[in-house]
Amino acid sequence: MNPPKHESGGDEGSSPYLAHHFESPQQQYDSAKLGMWIFLVTEVLFFGGLFCAYGVYRANHPAVFADGQHFLDTRLGALNTAILIFSSLTMALAVRSAQLDQKLSLTGWLAITLFCGLAFLGVKFVEYHGKWEHQLVPGQARLTYWFGSGPERGTSHQDSITPGKEFRPDEVHIQEKLADAGYPSLGERELAYRVNNIRSFVGIYFMLTGLHALHVIIGIGIIAWLLIRAIRGHIESRNFTPVDLVGLYWHLVDLIWIFLFPLLYLIH
Amino acid sequence: MDMMVSSPTPPKSYLVDPPGLRSWLLTRDHKRIGLMFLAVISASLALGATFALLIRTELTFPGPTIVSTGHIYNRLFTLHGTIMIFLFIIPSMPASLGNFVLPLMLGAKDVAFPRLNLASLYLYVGGLIFFLLVLVLGGVDTGWTFYAPYSTSTAAPVVLAVVGVFILGFSSIFTGINFLVTIHTMRPPGMGWFRMPLFLWALYGTAIIQVLATPILAITLLLLAVERTVGIGIFDPALGGDPILFQHFFWFYSHPAVYIMILPAMGIVTEVICVFSRKHIFGYKFIAYSSLAIALIGFLVWGHHMFVSGQSPLVGMIFSALTFAVAIPSAIKVFNWLATMYKGSIGLAPPMCFSLMFIALFGIGGLTGLFLGSLVTNVHVHDTAFVVAHFHYTMAGGALMGFLAGLYYWWPKMTGRMYNLAQGQISAVLIFVGFNFTYFPQFIVGSRGMPRRYFDYTRLLDTHPEFTFYQILSTAGGFLFVGGLVMVAFVLLRSLFVGRKAPANPWGAATLEWQCSSPPPHENPPAPANVGDCYVFDDFCFDESAQGYVKVP
Repeated sequence: MNPPKHESGGDEGSSPYLAHHFESPQQQYDSAKLGMWIFLVTEVLFFGGLFCAYGVYRANHPAVFADGQHFLDTRLGALNTAILIFSSLTMALAVRSAQLDQKLSLTGWLAITLFCGLAFLGVKFVEYHGKWEHQLVPGQARLTYWFGSGPERGTSHQDSITPGKEFRPDEVHIQEKLADAGYPSLGERELAYRVNNIRSFVGIYFMLTGLHALHVIIGIGIIAWLLIRAIRGHIESRNFTPVDLVGLYWHLVDLIWIFLFPLLYLIH
Repeated sequence: MDMMVSSPTPPKSYLVDPPGLRSWLLTRDHKRIGLMFLAVISASLALGATFALLIRTELTFPGPTIVSTGHIYNRLFTLHGTIMIFLFIIPSMPASLGNFVLPLMLGAKDVAFPRLNLASLYLYVGGLIFFLLVLVLGGVDTGWTFYAPYSTSTAAPVVLAVVGVFILGFSSIFTGINFLVTIHTMRPPGMGWFRMPLFLWALYGTAIIQVLATPILAITLLLLAVERTVGIGIFDPALGGDPILFQHFFWFYSHPAVYIMILPAMGIVTEVICVFSRKHIFGYKFIAYSSLAIALIGFLVWGHHMFVSGQSPLVGMIFSALTFAVAIPSAIKVFNWLATMYKGSIGLAPPMCFSLMFIALFGIGGLTGLFLGSLVTNVHVHDTAFVVAHFHYTMAGGALMGFLAGLYYWWPKMTGRMYNLAQGQISAVLIFVGFNFTYFPQFIVGSRGMPRRYFDYTRLLDTHPEFTFYQILSTAGGFLFVGGLVMVAFVLLRSLFVGRKAPANPWGAATLEWQCSSPPPHENPPAPANVGDCYVFDDFCFDESAQGYVKVP
């Protein structure tokens, strides 16, 4: 094994893995790390906009959150939190394996991380599916019209007008949930008011968790790419930087969820 | 071409090495990427300027002149604004000139992430395609600000335009990440932070804003698109949303964005003024820190766009005070430039002409900004042509002049050809005269109550019959201004065919990019072991035989 070339990254970047425009492995490693951190800063700000919207609505319209939160399943959220925290551990172990040239364990840890990502999406699908069943998705009529098939998609000219943006969730479901929360029977106006609150809540909920899920999907994609390279034996201690950077990205995705879970599911 | 027999064959320039179209389209060479950026960005400028002329022509006379309804006029100014801002000014200096110059100034072989750099170019082209689609579909009528709830209800293809801006935002972020990392990790040994050319400080400040502000625009526009398509109740009051929240989000990006536009121009002007005054920069550290100060304070002033939105008077006062604060670092730069020129040996080559124009026009733009930043006068001139004039004095008079100064300055290095200096100076005069005729009358009509975004001002003539005169003046100036821009294109493109070969250092500059051949070879020359002060010009003497400056020991 080559002697370490620089302090922070072992022999990462030594020949033949030094790109032509860098002077030294240290410079290449530092640049990659700094670039990734700056990218993560942009991600934080990207989600920051949504967190800010959350804060504004929470402060100005507390009723939105008082009503909306009864429609989320804390147990499923907690399960997903556990899955993601565990996957962060396995990702960190994958980085360690790559640094130590342990190719077999690298493959194993990456595979477990990948599996955790898929499991997270599975749980998320169950949650989303429940919302869809009760017409709790904003613009559901339009989405059905655009992407669905069957009788909803109009065939005659009269039906081919795009549906509006009305939010008409399953009233029985709404009343059940609100009854559980201590509002036994609601008049028509009261119900309409609360339905509007729920729209704003699920709007923020779907944007936050949807964007997060998109990041999980992207993460699964790049972890799968790393896994294929690891199986082929292309990752070693001299070029472990991609594993390191994907690890940073995955930890951030995890961290965002750790903020999302209490903000959306727990605070009442 | 006659070449001296004894001289060794010079390395081939980056323009022909490696050869072939494919090598250009897949290149990772920052010089080629910069040049390609310059080409597409100039095309966007031409498109934006076309819309500007249509707007000006419409406004020449009261009543409908060339467009029949306000709906068409709304589309004209929206396309002008979005194209000029997102497709021209924001990427203009960093992505084209900055990309070309930054690694050369550092003596680095390339930017830190060459593939990301190429991706940035293609994302830009992708965004441009979206805008062309919008254009084909009849344009957007929301104004470049996409204010909700109009943008969530109009029939125009807002989502398409918003996706285009979203993609352009990624392009901008990638450039920013590349510049930050390159400046941090790839400076040569011996070039500490305070040995860097000040253009790099400006690009560094720009990159900070690009990286920190653009994601906010991305999430804002994403939310807007989702609100428009499925209705999540965030910006549209009819759905329980908050349109003022959109304005806060939008300006949290878009005010810092004007510093993305102006900071690189200030950097270019700093370089040019030293070189053409043959004098060391005055107050290096002040200029360097003022770039950072502008980048940081620029994030805290967005509320001054919303003085009449109903935000609380206290918030208005705070934003007003911070707005005055951001004028300080800008003024520091201007005074340092003037002090640099004082007792200098000033040469008036085209880059210097445009830099001097920058100081004059940006000065007017900045000072009129104080009227807008103070609460009482803001209410009086809010949404009038005064704002339009102020904005164009800073952005067209500032950023565009800086861009043209940089273009004239680095053109010999980029293409290896000298343009005709006298023609360049004539183009500068045309632009200066045309510019002031275009925008100065707008200060006057604006302060007397001419609203912005009106296409028909007939009813204002009862009280202000003089408006027609000023509008005619403004339109005439507009055509002269664009004529000057066409002349710039003519002067530069002509040099490619008839210009003499450029020497390595035609202006006698001391920064590293001028110490290699023009155009540079494919492989950037490494930085010398001892990087000296890049603002000491005494070592450079004009050499008649080379028709350029050479370093004398």
